[in-house]
Amino acid sequence: MNRILSKLKEDKKLLSLYFTAGYPSINDTMDILQQLQDSGVDMVEIGLPFSDPLADGPTIQESSTIALKNGMTTETLFNQLKDVRKTIDIPLILMGYFNPMLQYGVEKFCAKCQEIGIDGIIMPDLPLAEYEADYKDIFEKYGLINVFLITPQTSDERIRQIDNASNGFIYMVSSASTTGATSGFDNTQSTYFERISNMHLTHPQVIGFGINNASTFKVATTYAKGAIIGSAFIKHITTYGAQSVRKFVETIR
Amino acid sequence: MNTKDNIHQDISYQADERGYYGDFGGAFIPEMLYPNVEELRSQYIEVMQEPSFQKEFHALLKDYVGRPTPLYYAERFSKKYNAKIYLKREDLCHTGAHKVNNTIGQILMAKRLGKNRIIAETGAGQHGVATATVCALMGLECIVYMGAIDIQRQAPNVARMKMLGAEVRPALSGSKTLKDATNEAIRDWINNPVNTHYIIGSVVGPHPYPDMVARFQSVISEETKKQLHEVEGRENPDYVVACVGGGSNAAGLFYHYLDQNEVGIIAVEAAGKGIDTGESAATSALGKEGIIHGSKTLLMQTSDGQITEPYSISAGLDYPGVGPMHAHLFRSGRGEFISITDQQAMQAGLELSKLEGIIPAIETSHALAIFEERKFSPEDVIIINLSGRGDKDLNTYIDYFNL
Repeated sequence: MNRILSKLKEDKKLLSLYFTAGYPSINDTMDILQQLQDSGVDMVEIGLPFSDPLADGPTIQESSTIALKNGMTTETLFNQLKDVRKTIDIPLILMGYFNPMLQYGVEKFCAKCQEIGIDGIIMPDLPLAEYEADYKDIFEKYGLINVFLITPQTSDERIRQIDNASNGFIYMVSSASTTGATSGFDNTQSTYFERISNMHLTHPQVIGFGINNASTFKVATTYAKGAIIGSAFIKHITTYGAQSVRKFVETIR
Repeated sequence: MNTKDNIHQDISYQADERGYYGDFGGAFIPEMLYPNVEELRSQYIEVMQEPSFQKEFHALLKDYVGRPTPLYYAERFSKKYNAKIYLKREDLCHTGAHKVNNTIGQILMAKRLGKNRIIAETGAGQHGVATATVCALMGLECIVYMGAIDIQRQAPNVARMKMLGAEVRPALSGSKTLKDATNEAIRDWINNPVNTHYIIGSVVGPHPYPDMVARFQSVISEETKKQLHEVEGRENPDYVVACVGGGSNAAGLFYHYLDQNEVGIIAVEAAGKGIDTGESAATSALGKEGIIHGSKTLLMQTSDGQITEPYSISAGLDYPGVGPMHAHLFRSGRGEFISITDQQAMQAGLELSKLEGIIPAIETSHALAIFEERKFSPEDVIIINLSGRGDKDLNTYIDYFNL
């Protein structure tokens, strides 16, 4: 069974962390993954850096720019992850933008993911219509879970569509923003979290954007199966270094 | 494989339901933008076809923009190159370029969608000025994103936008030019999903933008057909010629000729310092299929899919992609693509100034320079889109020629 599906079945709230591959140094990928697993993180989004990350705020933009300057490429990342399943058994998701995947070749990319043991893909700029028309069959052929986003502005009708098209979990963007733009939740978020929770969707939801500490993690996981932290983790690494992963995880739970 | 002639007969040059021109187009947008883009997609054609919209749009084009713009027979220029060359005088539009045709259309669209906050991106500042202008006209809040480097390079246009009441926000990410200004405008839209309309300045971006902007700009070829008929007794020239960055002035001039196969379509790209120098913006020659700003198109990028920085002396052609309609014209063979270097363009700009008393924008100068690259017969009727006036480029011309 796909590791994401097994993980979603566990009776616990999931903590998932995002980091940009190639940041702060090109060869940090495997080391950061090992620390994340050892610190009890449930799932990881490995960010494939892109020159023009439209959905990201300054923190992830900056980490992507540095990662690219460090020489990170799709091929390099795949090489770094070649033996990842010898040591890492938590679910791994590749998160990035669609153009690098398109250039690598969508089928070749998916085949490589399967070979390495990647469980899922998040491509924010590959929306439902384009995915279903041209790429769904390829993703499924290689056993990859594709994760769609929903936002506070997504209509109930479209949420149902996305729920139907999903095969793992739904990434619930907490507010109308790019990554790392908000701090803390207010009534707008709890109303939205409650609305989605009351829809009783087939697929579990994991909340991301705006989770940056223990209290926002707790609020998010009151309503959802788990939460994803990205920008706050990158900021922590920027300040305390790539060896300080456990220290960050301990502040969350 | 079809022969080129068969392709010409069988295929469409208009966007299909999903916003595709052949292999290019679509809407590769994050879900955060979906409600905005979908609202526009589901309504734009209906809104544009409303009689009240058409009436207001055409009244403003006539009384405010100054349309129809003349179709001018350039006698001395024609004589020099031994062909019948007409110039479509978009430089005479209010604000000095064709850009305002689109911003008038989109501001009326924004009002009908109930939006009260307008954002735009700009490179050289022409689209920013055209957007600030219509926002002043309609009393709407206007925020223009402009690369920090372009803000320094284009001080007069920055001042114009401010005088018109717009806020100019520097894009500080990436290379701090047009591509990055567009990224920042898109990020703004993600953060302001309810009250804001994004006025994209060219036939780029996610569906329905390329089609909507092409329709607003199509007034150029609509007029040209009538005007040419009056002077030549026929609506169709032998060639239509326009410069292409994103490609909005070209889309406007080509629009009503796309299905007229006897009309040759010539798109002129900026070769910069030369196609093989690494400092170029000739997307059809250097680009590969890719995704930029929500659209699948030809795109200058690394083998790893990172978008690269283009170069041209003209800020308006300095874009690593091209509108999906043009990518389709290129791949299908319907359009002929020619690239012109900085030097050729600058010479052509100077030449038109001296032969016809018209100082063209450097973007436009690229289209005027094709006669050095391509021969025509003396009977050929050629229409060149004189997309903008050169006032904004005076400093560049002065520095280049030591005037």
